[in-house]
Formats: sequence, structure tokens, C-alpha cells
Amino acid sequence: MTTLPGAPHPYLREEHELYRSQLRRFVQKECDPHIEAWEQAGELPRALQLKAAEAGVLGIGFPEEFGGTGDDDPFYQTIMAEELARSGSGGLIASLVSHRIGSPPIAAHGTPEQKDRFLRPVLDGSKIAALAITEPGGGSDVANLRTTARLDGDHYIVNGSKTFITSGMRADFITVAVRTGGSGMGGVSLLVVEAGTPGFTRSPLQKMGWWCSDTATLYFQDCRVPVANRIGEEHRGFKAIMENFNNERLMLSAQAWGFGQVCYEEALAYARERQTFGQPLIARQVIRHKLTDMKMKLDAIKAQLDLLCWQITQGHMPVAEICLLKNLSTGALEWIAGEAVQIFGGAGYLRGAKVERIFRETKVLSIGGGATEIMKDLASRQLGY
Amino acid sequence: MKALVSVKRAVDYNVRIQVKPDGSGVVTDGVKHSMNPFDEIAMEEAVRLKEKGVISEIIAVTIGGQKNEETLRTALAFGATRAIHVKEDGEIQPLTAARALAAVFKKESADILLCGKQAIDDDANQTGQMTAALLDIAQATFASKVDIADGKATVIREVDAGLETLEIDLPAVITADLRLNEPRYLKLPDIMKAKRVQIEATNLGDLGVEAAPAIKVTKTAPPPARSKGVMVKTVDELAAMLKQKGLV
Ligand SMILES: Cc1cc2nc3c(=O)[nH]c(=O)nc-3n(C[C@H](O)[C@H](O)[C@H](O)COP(=O)(O)OP(=O)(O)OC[C@H]3O[C@@H](n4cnc5c(N)ncnc54)[C@H](O)[C@@H]3O)c2cc1C
Ligand SMILES: Cc1cc2nc3c(=O)[nH]c(=O)nc-3n(C[C@H](O)[C@H](O)[C@H](O)COP(=O)(O)OP(=O)(O)OC[C@H]3O[C@@H](n4cnc5c(N)ncnc54)[C@H](O)[C@@H]3O)c2cc1C
Repeated sequence: MTTLPGAPHPYLREEHELYRSQLRRFVQKECDPHIEAWEQAGELPRALQLKAAEAGVLGIGFPEEFGGTGDDDPFYQTIMAEELARSGSGGLIASLVSHRIGSPPIAAHGTPEQKDRFLRPVLDGSKIAALAITEPGGGSDVANLRTTARLDGDHYIVNGSKTFITSGMRADFITVAVRTGGSGMGGVSLLVVEAGTPGFTRSPLQKMGWWCSDTATLYFQDCRVPVANRIGEEHRGFKAIMENFNNERLMLSAQAWGFGQVCYEEALAYARERQTFGQPLIARQVIRHKLTDMKMKLDAIKAQLDLLCWQITQGHMPVAEICLLKNLSTGALEWIAGEAVQIFGGAGYLRGAKVERIFRETKVLSIGGGATEIMKDLASRQLGY
Repeated sequence: MKALVSVKRAVDYNVRIQVKPDGSGVVTDGVKHSMNPFDEIAMEEAVRLKEKGVISEIIAVTIGGQKNEETLRTALAFGATRAIHVKEDGEIQPLTAARALAAVFKKESADILLCGKQAIDDDANQTGQMTAALLDIAQATFASKVDIADGKATVIREVDAGLETLEIDLPAVITADLRLNEPRYLKLPDIMKAKRVQIEATNLGDLGVEAAPAIKVTKTAPPPARSKGVMVKTVDELAAMLKQKGLV
């Protein structure tokens, strides 16, 4: 554990740090110089997907026989989120690794044939995967989703729409939650809808942040999807969706921490540099206290994040704690990013500053993957209140 | 053919180097270290030569304390077939490293020693050259392209005047420059596999090398702080400023 930067760590080993250094190089070399151009373009180039596969970004935690790394150590996933966050672009993470939410149900519940078709080409970077749960009628109340899939021979006929779907414009394979049965959670199934399927169309959405991530509304009109594209058993999709959320929320927490860390580092560097009234900002107690408060929150979040990852390596899934960590980390990021912009003064309001983009991209983390209020409800139910 | 690759543990290139307050050196405690970037390039070249079938065995060698084991793990993740740890807790100067590398080279009857052209900590740029001299074999430093065939290496070197092509007989020492290649990203499965390889330990005594430091560092000081620059918009403005400051 000796190559660890700074103080020793109870869970991370040298291989974690070696993996981290590969990702850091990937972000510095392949992402940082291009983010602004991708933001303007409104999407990431496909070539980046191939580079990310090469750099070992895509395969983490997926089965080895389909091109993944085969390990199930969650630290590698949080390290990935932390390092991608160093780019200061939430859109980069959201869209580059949208398969982190789109593909796990296939890895967990798909047949070998489905994994070969829908997982392997995503992990090698040649195809893009997305997840479509949220509907115009509501995102929090997943159990009441309204997109229907009616069985007709060896096809389902899908009708309805999905919205806010990350990588929704580019995705080749979309894991879509549909209602195959009666009302409530017992009637939900997962289907993989492929790009180009007749009856499936999409349109782009403009957002506050995450510009380089293509977000879309998807429309299904008598869209015929082969029964062979159903992931897992019919009417049993809800559980798969919920399992998927634990991992997504942990990743969102790691991202929030990573962005907070970037804000802290940027604000600290700026405070050392910027002179007002004849002294650097860092000479002012009020500024130093803002910075220590940032660090205090970040340290607490990181300690909990790493503890929960470690508990998962021990076979324990801390569902309530993950919900609460998501709230703690995304709430802290809203405050930290706000204070970082404040320390930058007018310069923090200008396009081009990392803190400016991160500030615009805090809210989506407090809403996506389960909004703050919903996380509290879920945690309290899990805790038996 | 057998290649030896020297790999040094150095303060990571992302770290902002800080001089110790007493001037006795730079701060290394609690600071992230990793494989010297030029050694990564040498490692990558060795792996590519192995993938081409030119060499069959890559032995990574490091000289240093217990923590250097991580540097060897990195080399193994790259694709080294064996790893030798010359254990030494004291200071290792270029001549000591060269003596140790020469001893391992002889012992292993290697054909090529690939080194980084220099290490980013002390920037000495001496170890490869000294090793070649001690072994009395050919050397080609600052390589930006390496071709090996028929017992010879054709090396394009980056020199001040441009590029120079050398043809040298093997065995030889080749040191890697920045543009020789772009090291691959290490894959997690390779990182995990590297953990299971047995590292071969030896020490300076076993190799018959004496760690007699020939250089004494008297003081380490940071470079003087530069005052902040001024952005000028036009050449005229630049000329006016230079004149005003009495620089032209
Ligand atoms: C940029 C972006 C990308 C996204 N990507 C994806 C994606 O790839 N795939 C996907 O499926 N979805 C995606 N989403 C959707 C996201 O998951 C939803 O926005 C989220 O689940 C909230 O749903 P909603 O927007 O419909 O809000 P609503 O469910 O309408 O909730 C609105 C507000 O009311 C609160 N609220 C709702 N119900 C209650 C209650 N019972 N008690 C108290 N408060 C309540 C919520 O907390 C929230 O604050 C994305 C969203 C964004 C913004
Ligand atoms: C969109 C926009 C439009 C604007 N329009 C105009 C305009 O029309 N005309 C114009 O003249 N200006 C304009 N401004 C500039 C604005 O008034 C300044 O940004 C503001 O006064 C802060 O100055 P600053 O950005 O240089 O920050 P700084 O003075 O560098 O301050 C940076 C941070 O440090 C804090 N700080 C500074 N000194 C101290 C101290 N001694 N103790 C503790 N904390 C300190 C500040 O509160 C701030 O949080 C505009 C700014 C923006 C963003």
C-alpha cells in the first residue's frame, strides 16, 4: 500500500492505485483537451468509446468471457468514477459509461447468447448501451411506469415513451423497462430495443449541464421487439432495476466526491494566486474556513464511500446507507461547487472555468438515479421506520 | 533473445515536487511514486519486440528498497516475464545502478539492456551509458526508433541537430527517448496477474557490487520563483515593452 498518495488507507492496495494511474493518464490525454469541443458538439465522438475500451474504462466488473475484467471489487468502479470526474465534466462520465446502467441487467440476467450480442460489442467500444426507465409521466415512481409491451407471437409490441435518457440519441442497445403484465412492480419486464427497430424514434433534449452527453426522449409506436430480446423472466424486471440502482447510486456518490475534490483543488489554487486588497485570498480567514469546510465534507464522504465499498466486498449490500450517501455527497457537492464559484468571484461565472461547469451540473446528481426525497423514503423503509 | 529492462521508482510525474525545509533533499515521504516514465517507454518497447517475436524473454530489474517491488509489479503488468529486485535501502547513484545492472546483465547473458534515457527525479542521464561502458558493449542513447535483426540493432536517435541513425552490434544498451512509443494502458486483469508472479530477490553484495556513493549532494534548493508574466496582444506592444524594460 505504499504507493498510495498521502496517508495509508485501510482498503486500497497498490493495484488499485496502479489502475487509478492508468485512468488518470487516459483522462489527461484523451479527454481533458477535447471536453469543450464535445460540449459544443452536444455529444461524445464514437472513437472515444474505443479508446476507453483500450484504456480499461469500460470492462470493469463485467464478466471476463464477454470482454470484461471479471472482478467484482466495487473499488475499481468508484476509482473509475473518481478519476473520470477529474475532467470536471459530468456529461463525459454520464455518456461515456452509460453502459454502467444499461448493461448490468444483461450481465446479471441475460442468456449467453444475449451477452454475446448486447454486452461484448459494448465492452469492446464498438457499440453504445443506455438504460430507459424514466417516462414523461414520472421518474420517481418506477413501479407505475406506463410503456406497454403486448405479446404477439415471438414479438412484443411496445407502445409509449421514455425521457431524459442518457446516450439516448447514440445508443445502439437500450435496456427499456416496459409493462408486460398488470399494474405495479409485478408487471414490469426489461427489453433490449435495438437502434433502427421500426416504430422506435428519438429526439434530443437541451439541458442545464451535461452538454456533451446526448440526452433523448424515446418514442415507441407499435415497435416490434423480439421476445429473444427480453432480459430475464417476464414480469420480473422490477427487481433487476432495483439491484441496478444500488450500483448506480454508489457511482453517483463517487462522482459527486470527485467533482467536489476538483472544486476544492481549483478553489485552493485560485485562493493562493488571487490578490485582493494587497493580499492573496488565502490570507483571509473567511476563505480558509470555506476551504476547510469543503475538505471536512469531502473527507467524511470519502470515508463512508470506501467503507460501503468494503462492505460490498464482504458480501453485504448496504442499501439504506447507499441512498443516504448519495444524498450526503450530492448535497455537499451543491454547497462545495457554490462556494468554489464564490471564491472565484466573477471568474467563476465565466464559461471555461471547471467550477462553473461543475456548479451547473450539481442538480442533476441530486435528481438522477433517485432524487433526494425518494432516497430518504427508500432509506427509511429499508431501515424499518 | 533476452532483454533486460531497468525500472526505477521515482516520484510520480503528477506530484508537485517540494524541497525539504532544511535543504537536504526533496520530500518523498507520503508522496506518490510510480515507474519512471522513460522506463515505461523502455518497457513498452521491450513488450513490442516480444510481441513481434524478436525477443523471447523480458527481465525487469529494479534497484532499491522494499517499495520498489511495486515498480516491478508494474513491469510485470506491462508484460515482463521475470522480475529481479536488487535490494538496497541506501542511496543509489548512477554508477551503483550501472554496476548492478552490468552484473545482472552478465549473469543472465542478456542480449539487450533497455533503459529510460534518464529518470525524472534526478535527470542524471548516466546509467545506460555507464552500464554499456562497464560491460564494454555498444550503446545507442535517446532512441526514437529501434529495429532489431540479424544480431544488429538499427536505432534512430534524437540528437540536437535532428535525427541520427546508428547500426550497432548486439549485445548493446539502448536508452529510450520520449517519442520511441506511447506506453499502453495497463489492464486490470494484467495488473491482477502480475500480483501472482514470484519476484527474484538479490542484493548488491550478492552481485559483487559496492554501493560507494561517488557524488555528495551538499544542498537542494527550489528554483527561484518567477514573477507573474504579462499577456501582450500585438508584436508592437511586445516590442514596446521590451524596449521599456531595456531588454532590446
Ligand atoms: C440529465 C439527466 C439524465 C438522465 N438519464 C436517465 C437515464 O439514462 N435513464 C433513465 O431512466 N432516467 C434518466 N434520468 C431521469 C431521472 O432518473 C429522473 O429525472 C429522476 O428519477 C426523477 O424523476 P422525474 O424527473 O420524473 O421527477 P418526479 O418523479 O416528477 O419528481 C419531481 C420531484 O418531486 C419529488 N417527489 C416525487 N415523488 C415524491 C414523493 N412521493 N414524496 C416526496 N417527493 C417526491 C422528487 O424527489 C423530485 O424532487 C435522467 C435525468 C436527467 C436530468
Ligand atoms: C456577469 C457579470 C457581469 C458583471 N458586470 C459588471 C459591470 O457591468 N461593471 C463592472 O464594473 N463589473 C461587473 N462585474 C464584475 C463584478 O462586480 C465582480 O465580479 C465582483 O465585484 C467581484 O470581483 P471579482 O470577480 O474580481 O472577485 P474578487 O474580488 O477576486 O473576489 C473573489 C472572491 O473573494 C472574496 N474576497 C475578495 N476580497 C476579500 C477579502 N478581503 N476578504 C474576504 N473575502 C474576499 C470575494 O467576496 C469573492 O468571493 C460583472 C461580473 C459578472 C460575473
